[in-house]
Amino acid sequence: MNADLLVFFILALIAVSAAVGMLFSRNMVYAVLFLVLVMMTLAVFYLMLGAPFLAMAQITVYAGAIMVLFLFAVMVLGPERLPEEGGPLAWQRPVAVVLTLAFLVEVVYAFTAKVGGLGTLTPPSAGAGSPAAIGDVLFNQYLLPFEVTSVLLLVATIGAVVLTRDDNGK
Amino acid sequence: MVLTNDMLVLSAVLFLLGVAGVLVRRNALVVYMSIELMLNAANLAFVAFASAFGGLEGQLAVFFVMTVAAAEVAVGLAILVTIFRQRKTVDIDSLHRLKG
Repeated sequence: MNADLLVFFILALIAVSAAVGMLFSRNMVYAVLFLVLVMMTLAVFYLMLGAPFLAMAQITVYAGAIMVLFLFAVMVLGPERLPEEGGPLAWQRPVAVVLTLAFLVEVVYAFTAKVGGLGTLTPPSAGAGSPAAIGDVLFNQYLLPFEVTSVLLLVATIGAVVLTRDDNGK
Repeated sequence: MVLTNDMLVLSAVLFLLGVAGVLVRRNALVVYMSIELMLNAANLAFVAFASAFGGLEGQLAVFFVMTVAAAEVAVGLAILVTIFRQRKTVDIDSLHRLKG
């Protein structure tokens, strides 16, 4: 067993258990922090896969900005603890668990037995996925999608402001 | 050595945990976080494929997914806060006023 495999399995274990912890924690703040842990482990995976720019963006955008927004929403909404049993759709939950497990078995079987091997992860070459390489492709080949993204972010900003405006306070 | 398929299996497991969260939990905020988990699992698959085929396009797809996710979270959380102001709950089972 070499070091790569050891690192992969330890990180995978952390990511999956943090995701499970997010699903089952009753305390919303803990759930958000578990999701931050998942994002962090994914950032390390990106480093392993030769995407250092994405790893840093993952930490700043996801673990930083988006999860802070989630924490903010948790504080605004209050630590509401809902009863997880009962309700009009209670019968759907066991069905959902069974179907998800069936799908999981199917997908794992497909990826391990059916899909041909995609090779091993090779150590990334120097400069691959660096900000310079990403920026070169982004601003030469994908300039239009990039500009459209800025419009999307503007729309999202205006949408958030309009939606949360207090109508009584006008 | 770590196989690319191992990375894809991990991505599938994380994605299905997100699916389970959307289907099982009733708190709208947890459902939202599960959607984020699914987006991240898809991102991991993108980066794994980019690494396997030696291109940068997969990484650019992740970049665009991140911006879309940021926009989605801003609008989605604004909607949740508005719903909470009016209904005093974020229980998705009780949000059925559009039901005919």
